[in-house]
Amino acid sequence: MALPTYAGPLERTWYYSYRVICAAIFIFLIVPIVVIVPLSFNAQPYFTFTKEMLSFDPDGYSLRWYEELLSSREWMRAIGNSFFIAISATIISTTLGTLAALGLSRPNMPAKGFITAVLISPMIVPLIITAAALFSFYARLDLANSYFSIIMAHVVLGTPFVVITVTASLSGFDQQLIRAAQSLGANQVTTFFKVILPLLLPGVVAGALFAFITSLDEVVVVLFLAGPEQVTMTVRMFSGLREEISPTILALATILVAISILLLSSMELLRRRSERQRGMSPG
Amino acid sequence: MKRTLSLMAAVAIVPSMALAAEGDSLTIVSWGGAYTMSQEKAYHEPYSEKTGTQILREDKSANALAGIRSQVEAGNVTWDVVDMLQADAQRACDEGLIMEIPHDEWLAPGPDGAKPTEDFIDGTLGDCFIPQILYATMFAYNEEAFPDGGPKTVADVWDLEKFPGTRSLQKIPQKNLEWALIADGVPADEVYEVLATREGQDRAFAKLDEIKDNVIWWSEGAQPPQMLADQEAVIATAYNGRIFNAQVNEDQPFKIMWDHQMFEVDGWVVPVDQSEDDLKLIKDYLYFATDTQRLADQAKYIAYAPARKSSVPLVGKMEGTDIDMKPHMPTTPENFETAVQFDTSFWADYGDQLEERFNAWLAQ
Amino acid sequence: MADIAADGYVPERDESGALTTVDGTPLKISLRKSQRRAKRRAFYLVVPLLAFLFITFTIPIVGMIVRSVYNPEVANYLPETSAAIGDWDGEELPPEKVFAAMAADMEVGLENRTIGRAAGRINREIPGARSLVMGTARHVDEMQPPYREAFLEEDEDWSDLELWRLLKRETRLITPAYYLLALDFEYTPRGDIVERPEIYQVYRLLFIRTAWMSIVITGACLLLGYPVAHLLATLPLRTSNLLMILVLLPFWTSLLVRTSAWMVLLQQEGVVNDLLVWAGIINDNGRIRMIYNQLGTIIAMTHILLPFMILPLYSVMKTIPPSYMRAARSLGANQFTAFVKVYMPLTIPGLAAGVLLVFILAIGYYITPALVGGESGIFISNLIASNMQGTSAQLKLASALATILLVLVLFFYWLFNKLVGVDRLKFG
Repeated sequence: MALPTYAGPLERTWYYSYRVICAAIFIFLIVPIVVIVPLSFNAQPYFTFTKEMLSFDPDGYSLRWYEELLSSREWMRAIGNSFFIAISATIISTTLGTLAALGLSRPNMPAKGFITAVLISPMIVPLIITAAALFSFYARLDLANSYFSIIMAHVVLGTPFVVITVTASLSGFDQQLIRAAQSLGANQVTTFFKVILPLLLPGVVAGALFAFITSLDEVVVVLFLAGPEQVTMTVRMFSGLREEISPTILALATILVAISILLLSSMELLRRRSERQRGMSPG
Repeated sequence: MKRTLSLMAAVAIVPSMALAAEGDSLTIVSWGGAYTMSQEKAYHEPYSEKTGTQILREDKSANALAGIRSQVEAGNVTWDVVDMLQADAQRACDEGLIMEIPHDEWLAPGPDGAKPTEDFIDGTLGDCFIPQILYATMFAYNEEAFPDGGPKTVADVWDLEKFPGTRSLQKIPQKNLEWALIADGVPADEVYEVLATREGQDRAFAKLDEIKDNVIWWSEGAQPPQMLADQEAVIATAYNGRIFNAQVNEDQPFKIMWDHQMFEVDGWVVPVDQSEDDLKLIKDYLYFATDTQRLADQAKYIAYAPARKSSVPLVGKMEGTDIDMKPHMPTTPENFETAVQFDTSFWADYGDQLEERFNAWLAQ
Repeated sequence: MADIAADGYVPERDESGALTTVDGTPLKISLRKSQRRAKRRAFYLVVPLLAFLFITFTIPIVGMIVRSVYNPEVANYLPETSAAIGDWDGEELPPEKVFAAMAADMEVGLENRTIGRAAGRINREIPGARSLVMGTARHVDEMQPPYREAFLEEDEDWSDLELWRLLKRETRLITPAYYLLALDFEYTPRGDIVERPEIYQVYRLLFIRTAWMSIVITGACLLLGYPVAHLLATLPLRTSNLLMILVLLPFWTSLLVRTSAWMVLLQQEGVVNDLLVWAGIINDNGRIRMIYNQLGTIIAMTHILLPFMILPLYSVMKTIPPSYMRAARSLGANQFTAFVKVYMPLTIPGLAAGVLLVFILAIGYYITPALVGGESGIFISNLIASNMQGTSAQLKLASALATILLVLVLFFYWLFNKLVGVDRLKFG
């Protein structure tokens, strides 16, 4: 959207102020995430920049909150729980979600709109309602305070993302390719592994990443379903934030931001790869 | 004693991360913070050392009643021993959610052989309740905020002109309504009578209205010391043990105002439906953790008064310091002069209604 | 002949001349059959997930809705009384048989320790009734008939007709009481529905506030999201991909992390206040309270939900050819008119998607208002959560509140599906 040469002074002013406004919004988006990173290295137990920090005095910075986090048995246990639950939930929801997406993308899927709406609904229903419902449900089944109930709950919450991402990656899928493969003598199994899967894979991996991060970040359901053994890092973080915000929490927050950056980069790579594969991207 | 779910095997994809407890373990629910630490030092650590039983701590006492109810109704009781206020214990006992406790049978006698029912301070034992400590909730302030001297009475807390600044109160109607009436001139021994009437309730809420705009609310016991330290509030209600902890361990310039402190009893309960093995372990733990010496030991770490008479003379100096704990106890005579006993039975009857009104009042 | 294939294959026909397959079935039927088979096959792929969601999501939610109207305490824990009180007319003190039934129930209830639950249910409506029931129950084994006199001697509050009317009303297993409470109504022991006294009203206010704040947040997201989406859609791909990271990184970052970041930024000793003091805009004593109130909730939630507005807007704007704007300009429209008359109408699908999505997500928020909302910035979800941790009556009230919220959300979800279509949802 370059400025046209015939632009008048008013338009010129607007053009630049528009860019300034957009820059301000981008700053609003990114600053909160950026700000916690240096603060997690604060040598003092404060949540604001000390004089030493602002003058880049090395004494103003330290790793003490990371040490505290990593040396705490309870935090480490909570982090272990988070990953155990997230990995288990991701495997199940990716499998179920991919199968469903394959069905939904078939041209002759009956009641497609309605079924999609049902499959996506866990993403829309407020978490507190899901938590309230699941809490009583699993309590009655004698399964509250178990890894099983939390993993099942996170499968429910993760599948919509898998369904959406895989369906989206299949929407650009040329059904002719299947017929082409079969007419060239491939059987159904070969077609699936040699043609469908490679094209599907970026979507499946993206869906899995979504399901993983959804489970890793989830607080509300775990808050109500977890017993002492299943407490996850986000639940500990939430109770910590309610009491007093300690820099240990900022250290964990920084680690979580790093994980997000990692996942986001993998997503970008996947997207580029799949676009190249389909010849949709110029570069 | 935690059963690892057989179902877990189906989903235990990363076996090294399955965190099953080994050997005997007890899940003990308490309040968290300095209080749990004092129990850890005085009860849990020596007990684990002696028996090898692992203690799993859970900081959920703030919602203990609901937690026990849902576990009992689900028939899946995972909590073994729960730290509860006497008021909640009364309600849980009425509802049949916790076990009746034959104190003389389960608990250790005093050093002179006195039966537990005689050794615990009068009026503190409940049908289903083993008292541990007496503790006070009272106002405290940051001395730096009041160079010319801080508030001396509950009425002073309401005096925004003489003592300006933000107050921090607990986000519950309990105690706040009592203090509002006391600040409004109701004698301490008539407070509950007045509060049982509609007029009295109106009066208490009207008094709270006077300071509502200058109040921030806390919900976890760790918050008020933090708020006073940051001067986010200049006067706060708090548990005396938490303030003591901040005074001593963090050297904070806090001062407790003992005027009309409200004291309560806190102790152990045992949810029903324990297996026989579990119950044996629970009884063993309780016998150990509530004897005279252990209760007195707890006062080394936190300024709450032991609930056994025989423990009182054993209260000495704080662990690792020269600080005599006696002047910090809520039961010390000069602190106890105007003390009001928190009426658990009143709140069992009027709690639902007043909580609703309080929530509505807060949201308006 | 047109239907002869190039290799000389001649299609089979039956006697009537219709096309058939090799085994002689008419082609139409065979085709329909194979289509049905394909349909079934497609459906089979979806079945595992559908079944899974039905068991682990739908059934629990239905269970919650059932719980919100289920009222077993009096009927189940005072069974004799419930049976005996049925033909009492409610005008004068119940007859001896009701009191005798109550005494029997109390004795059993005391043994099973269930009497407290019945007492708790009555106390919910008449404060003080718990003490009355529990106090009498403790002595009921010493009582002699006639029980009516014995009860009155124990405590004269047993002569309160309201109490007995309430008991009679509560013998019903299904009750709308919790829905009435959830809307700030109650019904009297006689069964009339009246508005609750003003001092107890809170839930309607909270529903309205939740909706209102969600609208404000949605508006703020639109205001901030629209220009950004437009910029991203019109910049060269390389630049916009780079800037897109600034939108996607927050999107991928934990909600809890972003909320805690705002707590750090906005608190009175926080970064923003420090900056303002340093810049001389406010003095050190005049630090602004931007958190633990509605402002805190609005700022943090706008930040958290903004990507949900930008992404659908962006994906629609990207498809609008720039030539449209140029055409409008060349036809004499100035930039503003061209934008409003030509560009904006074309973005409406993305706008509808973004607005509905942000609004739907906002009205159910719990974590962020709980952490930064203070008293004035909490949502209805927060009251649901706090009621879930209370007495069993409060648990049912929580179920009723949750059901009402669910109906609201499902309505907007239906609208979203109707206007936008869920299959158009995409991420990244």
